[in-house]
Amino acid sequence: MPGVVVYDKRMLVPHSGRRMVISALRWASIGAGVRVDLLLNRIMQLFIATEGNSEMKKNDHLDLYHQMVLIRRVEERAAELYQQGKIGGFLHLYIGQEAVSTGLVAARQPQDRMITAYRDHGVAINVGIPAEQVMAELLGKATGISKGKGGSMHMADVEKNFWGGHAIVGAHLPIAAGMALGDQYAGNDGVTICMFGDGATNIGFFHEGVNLSKVWDLPVLWVCENNQYGMGTTIDRASAVSEIRQKAEGYGIPNERVDGMNVMEVREATLKALEFIRSGKGPYFMEIMTYRYRGHSMGDPERYRDSGEVKKWQESDPIGIYRAYLTKEKIAKEKELDAIDESVEGEIQTAVQFAESSPEPAPEELFTNVYAE
Amino acid sequence: MREAISQAIWEEMERDERVFIMGEEVGVWGGTYAVTKGFYDHFGSKRVRDTPIAEAAIVGGGIGAAMVGMRPIAELMTINFAFVAMDHIVNQAAKMRYMFGGQMSVPLVIRAVGGGGRQLGATHSQTPDVIFAHFPGLKVVAPGTPYDAKGLLKSAIRSDDPVMFIEHSTLYQTRGEVPEDEYTVPIGKSKIQRPGKDVTIVTYSKMLDISTKAADQLAKEGIEAEIVDLRSLRPLDMDPVLESFRKTNRAVIVEEGWRSYGVGSEISSRIYEEAFDYVDAPIKRVAQTEVPLPYNQALEQSALPQVEDVVKAVKEVL
Ligand SMILES: Cc1ncc(C[n+]2csc(CCOP(=O)(O)OP(=O)(O)O)c2C)c(N)n1
Ligand SMILES: [Mg+2]
Repeated sequence: MPGVVVYDKRMLVPHSGRRMVISALRWASIGAGVRVDLLLNRIMQLFIATEGNSEMKKNDHLDLYHQMVLIRRVEERAAELYQQGKIGGFLHLYIGQEAVSTGLVAARQPQDRMITAYRDHGVAINVGIPAEQVMAELLGKATGISKGKGGSMHMADVEKNFWGGHAIVGAHLPIAAGMALGDQYAGNDGVTICMFGDGATNIGFFHEGVNLSKVWDLPVLWVCENNQYGMGTTIDRASAVSEIRQKAEGYGIPNERVDGMNVMEVREATLKALEFIRSGKGPYFMEIMTYRYRGHSMGDPERYRDSGEVKKWQESDPIGIYRAYLTKEKIAKEKELDAIDESVEGEIQTAVQFAESSPEPAPEELFTNVYAE
Repeated sequence: MREAISQAIWEEMERDERVFIMGEEVGVWGGTYAVTKGFYDHFGSKRVRDTPIAEAAIVGGGIGAAMVGMRPIAELMTINFAFVAMDHIVNQAAKMRYMFGGQMSVPLVIRAVGGGGRQLGATHSQTPDVIFAHFPGLKVVAPGTPYDAKGLLKSAIRSDDPVMFIEHSTLYQTRGEVPEDEYTVPIGKSKIQRPGKDVTIVTYSKMLDISTKAADQLAKEGIEAEIVDLRSLRPLDMDPVLESFRKTNRAVIVEEGWRSYGVGSEISSRIYEEAFDYVDAPIKRVAQTEVPLPYNQALEQSALPQVEDVVKAVKEVL
């Protein structure tokens, strides 16, 4: 009996009505299996607790909650700035999918690399790029994380082991395999966590990259963010199998479906997957079920879905679910979470101010970074 | 121009049952650039086919269907994604007829949107037209006016050869006259879009617009530029270019792509080869600065050829 867990834009919904969604019920295909999985997870974690640092303290939880709210607000502000003509090009928002990147990054070790597609603002925030630098990049300013030369789709911070935002669908999958090859070759124990959409699993790159990873048992965690659509095309209209994880099955890679609206489940599944890969058993594949609330990018007429479908998903909002979990488990009080919501408002304001008052890149910047020398 | 392209496809689909269109978001969405809006409802899912994000399959599938007698239009959402399908365009479509001694034809149109200037970043802003024009066996067409877009696209669909049809994303909004009556424009014919006597500007696609604006400015100063629109990069029709050059003895070549190994290099060598005696000044090239295009608007615009660049180049050759 799943309850309704919304996270209203202005936090006006009475919190008492929120209940934790039993996410396993949402996808009949995984059914009760996930519950067992979860239990096993918990038990496993007791063993790996020290090494995998899976135990979360209150502050860790508040930090994750903060990240998710920050992503949501950055995206909402970005949408406004786009409408005001301050952001140009393509803008793909992460709203609705926050729990995916947040759970993944929460489970990784510093040596684990992140790489994703153009829907990259979430990862950028999660790995710790300040909202200022994200905003500045969106506005194309010199202070942006890519110096204003990349824009929304091309954020990266190599120091934080975040290897980008990539705008050609699927192109970064073979690259991820290559990064994992590099780590394997050098004897590093890092895992490359590669995120991509459901639509990306239909392009040749996907198959070549995933196959190679298994042939060479590369330390890569494949993460398909299944938000049900590649632009306006539903999975069943574009993919021969609508359970994407079956594609991993075809390449002999262990795989599972994960509830992407529940950050704790994403984190737990990721911890387990990373452990598996780190033990030298080769790649692992997660299909994370999620949904984007907004259009594919700004200006999408959304003729392919009705608003009822979006509303239904908004009723199991990832931030709402996490909030409900934190209060129900008495990890945090409503008031504390409200305080975070409020502090994020201030952060966003600072970030936008920073971005707007930052200088444009100098004209000479046009010619820098074309070649190493 | 959007309307003109849309009409061409619509009319050809009405005319010939073998014509169908496939590509990403061409159906339910109505085309990412709204070119196929309303097609899905009218022609149905058999003839307006949404594909997975799989460019090699879109072009490869188009080639196969064309080989067995269909006349498919394969739409690539943008020309930047053609690189994913490069083997099929270059090694398959372009060579199929020749390699098998003329036994096979590939009557395929690959439509692709190209061009920069929309702050889409380096991977989504390219004008790589010349790359495709490099390969014998392909025809490469890139119209600059709605009239030519419609007429050329019709010819492309009726052509028995594979045609790369390149639409510039910032030209969709442009207006121009398109006759009610049926007409086609032949592939491989350049055209004088504006007569003049002082200098020859050779250009095509979006840069026709930029060059026309430059010519307007120059006209105010009493300089009459003649504009030759190539319209097709392969086959390349040099006749109007040479004819014009023999009259003006001066030329500026304007293209949106990068300068090195570009359209300007090709046209200027051909002029030097064929009309050396008529050269009164070194031929100038106006092209994109040799960097990947940045996201920042001011930087991006500074890298793209502007009206002032054309005006300046013309004054240098005069
Ligand atoms: C090779 C290539 N083809 C087409 C596109 C245009 N395009 C951008 S995003 C997208 C849909 C991708 O869907 P999915 O992988 O599910 O990711 P999502 O947008 O849902 O996060 C398409 C077709 C592209 N960027 N690259
Ligand atoms: Mg998707």
